[in-house]
Amino acid sequence: MSFFNAITRLRNSLWIEWRIAIRFLAESPLQTLLISVAISVGAAVIVFITALIMGLQTNLINKTLGTQAHIRIEATQQHNNFSEFPDGKYVWIFENPRDQRLQTINNWQEVRDTLDQYSAFNTVSPLISGPAFATKGSARASVALMGIDPKRYTGIINLKEYLTEGQFSIEASDILIGYQLAKDLGLRTGDKLRIDAGDNHQSVMNVAGIFELGVRELDRRYVYTSLKQAQTLLNLPGGITILEIKILDVFSAEYWAQRIQKLTGLYVQSWMESNGQLLNALNSQSMTTQIIRVFVAMSVIFGIASVLAVSVVQRTREIGILRAMGSSQQQILRVFLLQGGLLGLTGSLLGVLMGYTLIQIFNAIDTKLFVIELETSMMLSAIFIATLAGVLAAMVPARRAAKYDPAVAIRYV
Amino acid sequence: MSNSPVLITPDNQQIVLQLDKINKVFNEGTPLANHVLHDVSLQVSRGELVALVGTSGSGKSTLLNIMGLLDLYSSGKLRIQGHLTQGLSEQQRTQLRSESIGFVFQFHHLINAFSTIDNVLMPLMLRYGKPNQEQTEYAQYLLNEVGLANYAHTATNRLSGGQQQRVAIARALVTRPALILADEPTGNLDTQTADEVFDLFERFNLEHQCAIVIVTHDPRLSARCPRTIRLTDGRIVYDGASANLPNAFTKAV
Ligand SMILES: Nc1ncnc2c1ncn2[C@@H]1O[C@H](COP(=O)(O)OP(=O)(O)OP(=O)(O)O)[C@@H](O)[C@H]1O
Ligand SMILES: [Mg+2]
Repeated sequence: MSFFNAITRLRNSLWIEWRIAIRFLAESPLQTLLISVAISVGAAVIVFITALIMGLQTNLINKTLGTQAHIRIEATQQHNNFSEFPDGKYVWIFENPRDQRLQTINNWQEVRDTLDQYSAFNTVSPLISGPAFATKGSARASVALMGIDPKRYTGIINLKEYLTEGQFSIEASDILIGYQLAKDLGLRTGDKLRIDAGDNHQSVMNVAGIFELGVRELDRRYVYTSLKQAQTLLNLPGGITILEIKILDVFSAEYWAQRIQKLTGLYVQSWMESNGQLLNALNSQSMTTQIIRVFVAMSVIFGIASVLAVSVVQRTREIGILRAMGSSQQQILRVFLLQGGLLGLTGSLLGVLMGYTLIQIFNAIDTKLFVIELETSMMLSAIFIATLAGVLAAMVPARRAAKYDPAVAIRYV
Repeated sequence: MSNSPVLITPDNQQIVLQLDKINKVFNEGTPLANHVLHDVSLQVSRGELVALVGTSGSGKSTLLNIMGLLDLYSSGKLRIQGHLTQGLSEQQRTQLRSESIGFVFQFHHLINAFSTIDNVLMPLMLRYGKPNQEQTEYAQYLLNEVGLANYAHTATNRLSGGQQQRVAIARALVTRPALILADEPTGNLDTQTADEVFDLFERFNLEHQCAIVIVTHDPRLSARCPRTIRLTDGRIVYDGASANLPNAFTKAV
């Protein structure tokens, strides 16, 4: 680990400073212990809160994004065309909005293949979606007919995981329906269901499986069938209406959405745009934790600084002796900077351990809530930052120690 | 000391310390100004053993601190082993101090966080880092010399006052300095221990030919130094053979 290598190298080049710093810390064990505990409590709070909020947010995002694509690509909306206006003239136009028929994406295979090239995307999945009625006997429900490519769609929503009964099949006339719809229409696997997409396009389908996505609206409306079936029913042979994308880094969705929009000229929307409120909530949460972290870090820094300030006064005579023995001002400075760094290091090591334990306890208490994960990189950066903060905190007292007049310091009792 | 002024000529090679009209004013330019040293001029050569005496407040410690580059003087010239110390940076002063001078103070002034031998090695460790075998052996040799062969790894606060002062002497010698400055090294020791410590100074002065300046209030000890310098109110009133020191002075101490 290069961090520890760096410390070993530092120890060798600052051999005597390192030794004096360690001995000084060890010589007042109670003081050292108390401040280390204070630092570690601060570090533990920071680590725990950060991990907790990260876990909470990951959980929220996973839940939200589990049942939706990160990016949706649709055909551009229909709008009225106008002829060029003559220059320098105002024109009044009375415009009726166009009706929005189902729009297919032109050359969608080409677009899909192009997007397949990007390693930033996990899945690019075609979807044809349109409104329809589902009837069983005299019961009717309006549904969204979803024609999918089953292999690719697994990357968007892994339907198999959500099946509560039956099996994953959309071959021939097989369909998958949501659990709410099944309840509304009194359906079970193996039952027949009539799908009517208007314009005399209808077909009797076979319920192969029932899923529960956990989102009421989707469980009531989604009816999955094959691309081909949906195309026939919706009268859009060969076409699709939406390309869905799952992305590696969910927070880059907006960036990629804009790039794809420029690339294809299609209407592209990221999950971040369509879930503005969630994102807002996440942001203000992050800000709150940030503020807590800053304040805890500040109190830790001031704690280290005040303990070292006291220690510098206690060590006045020894500093004078060291100067008389030929130590330079820089050496004295480094002795106290090192003490700050060492306090930060040991305190945060202890703190990370405490935070880790807290998280294990949290995870053990109620596994159903959500699991907090503590990333190694987070722990390492917490230790690194705390060590740096320790050095920084030591700056003022260390400079004071270095500036002591040796002739005066030696008389100090 | 590559870029500091060097002033070694065949004539003054033997001169370890040279003061020329040194003045010291504390709090200069303020209403609290205190002129402590007046035109102090003196020379100390290699191998000399000098007693610095005077009443309390006469400026002995101040003078010693200036000689040892622990304190700055207000005017005059100070040379240590030929190096003119005027205009040296703090870093250069530190280097000159660590190369040429060893200190012994009244209150032994050891660093309790370290063992006896580490205290002796401290000046070397501050200069060179981790001590090598030769340095460690020399420190052990010095501990033998001051009669503390078996105390190398003892915590210093377990030692008696006389023992601690002997450690301080070994520490002052470990860099083989040209000059040792001792400020009342026997000040808080009983007579017998004081004599033993002084014996050590005498021996090292002879064996290592290092110049030693000892501040002392003890007329018996100053009488054992070949040369005595006497300060009164910051002025040198006597500088010569201890044997010739006027009686009036010895009684006044
Ligand atoms: N840092 C200082 N600031 C102001 N005045 C000082 C300072 N140090 C010493 N003095 C003054 O300088 C004078 C000489 O002090 P110094 O300690 O050199 O005397 P001394 O001869 O060593 O006395 P003693 O025998 O008691 O140790 C005293 O009047 C003292 O008050
Ligand atoms: Mg004095």
